[in-house]
Amino acid sequence: MNIVVLVKQVPDSGSERKLDPSDNTVARASADNVINEMDEYAIEEALAVKEAQGGEVTVLSVGPDSATDAIRKALSMGADKAVHVVDDALHGSDALQTSAVLAAALGQLEYDLVVTGAEATDSQMSVMAALLSERLGIPQLSGARKLTIEGSTAKIERQTDGGYWAVEAPLPAIVSTWDTINEPRYPSFKGIMAAKKKPVETKSLADLGIDAGAVGLANAASQVLDFAGRPPKGEGVKVTDEGDGAEKFVGFLAAQKIV
Amino acid sequence: MAEILVLVELNPAGGGVRKTTLEALTAARALGEPSAVVIAAPGTAAGVKDSLAEYGAATVYVAESPEIDEYLVAPKAEVLAQLVGEKSPAAVVIPSSPEGKEIAARLAVKTNSGFLTDVTEIAADGTATQAAFAGQVIVHSKVTTGTPIYTLRGNSVTPEPAPAAGTEQEVSVSLSDAAKQARVTDRVVEQKSSRPELTEASIVVSGGRGVASAENFSIIEALADSLGAAVGASRAAVDSGFYPHSFQVGQTGKTVSPQLYVAVGISGAIQHRAGMQTSKTIVAINKDPEAPIFELADFGVIGDLNAVVPAATEQITARK
Repeated sequence: MNIVVLVKQVPDSGSERKLDPSDNTVARASADNVINEMDEYAIEEALAVKEAQGGEVTVLSVGPDSATDAIRKALSMGADKAVHVVDDALHGSDALQTSAVLAAALGQLEYDLVVTGAEATDSQMSVMAALLSERLGIPQLSGARKLTIEGSTAKIERQTDGGYWAVEAPLPAIVSTWDTINEPRYPSFKGIMAAKKKPVETKSLADLGIDAGAVGLANAASQVLDFAGRPPKGEGVKVTDEGDGAEKFVGFLAAQKIV
Repeated sequence: MAEILVLVELNPAGGGVRKTTLEALTAARALGEPSAVVIAAPGTAAGVKDSLAEYGAATVYVAESPEIDEYLVAPKAEVLAQLVGEKSPAAVVIPSSPEGKEIAARLAVKTNSGFLTDVTEIAADGTATQAAFAGQVIVHSKVTTGTPIYTLRGNSVTPEPAPAAGTEQEVSVSLSDAAKQARVTDRVVEQKSSRPELTEASIVVSGGRGVASAENFSIIEALADSLGAAVGASRAAVDSGFYPHSFQVGQTGKTVSPQLYVAVGISGAIQHRAGMQTSKTIVAINKDPEAPIFELADFGVIGDLNAVVPAATEQITARK
């Protein structure tokens, strides 16, 4: 079983994130960059499938040089090798362009299963499985809280409000995973040391046969016009409960005509 | 007037149109004349076309086939793309559910168009407003290629009736093999709730680590029920096993934007703020006066939630 797991490096969602006022793109250089948290569940799931079925796990990432850290993290968890698509012309690419690049890179790999996190914590679009399914013509098994491989069929439980949908499709397929699917392993010391020696192949747009004029900020299908910080909220009212906290709370709701 | 296609999102099992559809019809009117698109099992449109007309649908396209619900997402995207090809609308507006965003993505590839997800407002010139990075940054964006496709975040727009003809127009459905790969074999409801759906509710009461146990979430539920509210939970509460994951509000859970958000025993980590920051009015109840949630709160009570919450529930019930 050849498994490809998609990994994105993002600004840490636990610290302040910014857009770069010079071109309205995500300010990555100044950010505390980490592996997209949701991708760790995808990596864990890919490793679990490999452990059950045999095969190889390849990490695929599109991103600047710094994304190497996210790739090493995936390798230290146990993935076997990696492909890193890096090219200055990619700066400012949108989800559509990134999906075209990932599709081209996947076209140069052998895969039975592609796994990705259900969302990136920076853009929060939750669309990469759908985009790649559309581009590659392989089935979309997205939003999984459970994945089972039975022969040449992949089955998921797609998380829904208050339950799930059982969805199945023939391999090759693309699966996206929520954080309900597993508990990602921590890289062991041995894993971290081994990761340093695992092969990471770097590919440019030219290597993928993609015209630089098709990607990047200037050629995106949508543009950010401007942005601004959320206006700060006015100082709220704060009361200390001295037996009258509930009364004051309900009084506030009444003043707002909520009760 | 320019035609705007609005994809209709339905409640399960004959439950009519979702409020998000009426919001999308309302938002679409800023751009032109909305046409509603029903892509569903046979016999669906008949039960919903009146409400679509009431909220401004001049035309109701009816694409019905038993195959639509048999497969995941792809059939709806394919039918919608076919309609975009035939009608050349000025834009497409889709409710921003997980499925809605995936349909938008596939439609964007099929029609070589740009798409913007989770928009909170659409201006007459097509400029969309989005709240990025946990609602900290307000972004204005525009689609520059193809037919602009927007997914509209729930509770961002107040649905307003604007009666229109709602003329039915049949659309033939013939799916490609590519759209019939991921088969939905079962739809399972694990938690039946009489409470409003989290992302649609106008009031949400959420509990955090401070609630301290799964059993004690009953006081959160009781307050929610007294207010007719949905129940939410912080990640800390979900990770501690106090409440199911499908009720999680925050970065890795649901994003809500209700009229009133009550955060009980929630410290207000960025992870949580990401999911509720755009709520209109925020109330926090927490025993720690330094909890960051108070920075967001319009009204805060520093106190023991086990005393304040049941007393408030009692008083709200007494006022009815």
